[in-house]
Amino acid sequence: MLPTPSVTRRPNLRLNAVSAPTETVFHAVLLLFSLFCVVPFLFVVIISFTSEESIRQIGYSFVPQSWSTQAYAYVFRIGDALWRSYFNSFFITAVGTALSVLMTLLYAYPLFRRDFRQRHFFNFLSFFTMIFGGGLVPTYIICKNVLGLSENYAALIVPMLFSPFNVIIMRTFLQTSVPTELIEAATIDGSGEYHTLFRIVLPVVKPGVATVALLNALAYWNEWFLALLYIRQNTDLIPLQYLLMKMQRNADFIAKNSHLLGAEAANVAVNLPSQSLKMALVVLIVVPIACAYPFFQRFVVAGLTIGSVKG
Amino acid sequence: MRAMNPGLPRHDSLIGSRRRKALLLASMAAPGALWLLLLRYLPMFGIVLAFKDYRAFKPNTFWNNILKSDWVGFKNFEFLFRSPDTGRIIGNTLLYNLTFIVLGLVIAVAFAIMLNELTSRFAAKTYQTLMFFPYFLSWVVASYFLLAFLDTASGMVPNLQKLAGQDVIDWYQSPQYWPALLIGANLWKNIGYSTVLYLAAITGIDRAQYEAAAVDGATKWQQIRHVTLPNLRTMIIILFILNVGKIFNADFGLFYNVPLNSGSLYSTTQVIDTYVYRAYMNSGSVGMSSAAGLLQNVVGFVCIIAANTVVRRFDPDSSLF
Repeated sequence: MLPTPSVTRRPNLRLNAVSAPTETVFHAVLLLFSLFCVVPFLFVVIISFTSEESIRQIGYSFVPQSWSTQAYAYVFRIGDALWRSYFNSFFITAVGTALSVLMTLLYAYPLFRRDFRQRHFFNFLSFFTMIFGGGLVPTYIICKNVLGLSENYAALIVPMLFSPFNVIIMRTFLQTSVPTELIEAATIDGSGEYHTLFRIVLPVVKPGVATVALLNALAYWNEWFLALLYIRQNTDLIPLQYLLMKMQRNADFIAKNSHLLGAEAANVAVNLPSQSLKMALVVLIVVPIACAYPFFQRFVVAGLTIGSVKG
Repeated sequence: MRAMNPGLPRHDSLIGSRRRKALLLASMAAPGALWLLLLRYLPMFGIVLAFKDYRAFKPNTFWNNILKSDWVGFKNFEFLFRSPDTGRIIGNTLLYNLTFIVLGLVIAVAFAIMLNELTSRFAAKTYQTLMFFPYFLSWVVASYFLLAFLDTASGMVPNLQKLAGQDVIDWYQSPQYWPALLIGANLWKNIGYSTVLYLAAITGIDRAQYEAAAVDGATKWQQIRHVTLPNLRTMIIILFILNVGKIFNADFGLFYNVPLNSGSLYSTTQVIDTYVYRAYMNSGSVGMSSAAGLLQNVVGFVCIIAANTVVRRFDPDSSLF
């Protein structure tokens, strides 16, 4: 297991360091790329606060002619579809994360127990799916027609409940933080297997649980592919990301074809704050991540570092 | 293997408790195992779809349709290879992935070394945090970011072109620009992640190696060449080989969402994964899409096994299996 990355400094600052001009170049390069990474988001935030009038005049700009919170007002007014999607995303993320963390812990724990003879079998069962699979179409048909994962919440949760990658992360956390003696001692004291896992092991492996939970929560929050596959009719179930995807196409369709559809459609396209509205939605999706990001970054880094080396 | 129950007095209860323990531990793995069997192993039987002329029969259930559909041998594969697009789609997948691997590696290692050399710990932390941010966003969100710049009607770039009196480029209809855009988008999202990985490896290097080198009069550049890079060598080679093992798998979200699923861009944005999806969802051709998917999986499987064999020869501890 690699240590969590942190930029450690030698105590004597300038001794054995790169020359000052070189360091300036480093700063310039890194700063430029860092800006490249976050400026698009800031741009979208600016657009979401730009008045529709300004967008019509000069397009999207870092310095709009006039500001407006109209897009957000509209977001709150159109209500239903949007709140529904917000709820769906939160619901899917909460339920999916809770279940998948439980399943991951339950699967990784026996794999970590050296005295569990069948662990090789379960290990292979999970690992093999990392290198071979049935492919998109067979998986889709089976999930939809045989397992009934279609037009329901299960279709948005079940396909992502389990990941061999997360099992490896959790198992590595167990191996590095839970000494065998702890489990032996618990067994001698008459602790049952489930009791040992949840009362004795779980408190020790909390960082691992947090890491896997965060990875899962992010995956569920950012999920749109499952909705694209399995939610074709029941629009009550669409999560935010997929709503955003659909909006793009609908709004673009109106915008691109307004000359074909006649004056009425063109009017609709003009009157809707469609441009800033879409960007306001993007902001509302990213804000939860952006707010939580500084706090969970450490955990995710730890998890990914482990996962990349063995996984 | 260690005896886990040294404290129990009677032999038969010891055996009984062992069996009980194995059963309890297996019961923990059961939900995950069930999930794997239903969602990963069951679809593997669907591989036969690639060799069938799949149609609906009565009763219209999946298994019944599969059983009653005619075997067509390798016909689906023949169709696939007769299509003039197939070569280009495979070429796109391989070239994009190769570019991602090489650029991702070089830039991330360079960034990690630079971050590690900064004297200001605060600056290094800040850069790392900012760079890592896009990794946590979805391709749907990323596609809007790009749209903000390139949108034909209001995007920033077309508007600047208008102001400068130049011809406005219709980005979402012009395939020639997309290799650069997709490579840029991929680096934007993933460089931070790889940088963090390499930085973790660099901070794990024993400081004494640098001090010894410095005492021997090695310049900073010599230290990077002779201490940092050799220490990273194993990790670089392993990640490189493992990525090559996944070279037939494209990032669906990048190639589907970022070009806004625009049909006029297929010549430079269509990859195996998007082809399989579109062949099935838009044209409903189960046979061809399954054949393409199977081909991808089998070649990918062979690549990973080959990659792992190479890694094992190079450094047994780092091999996947």
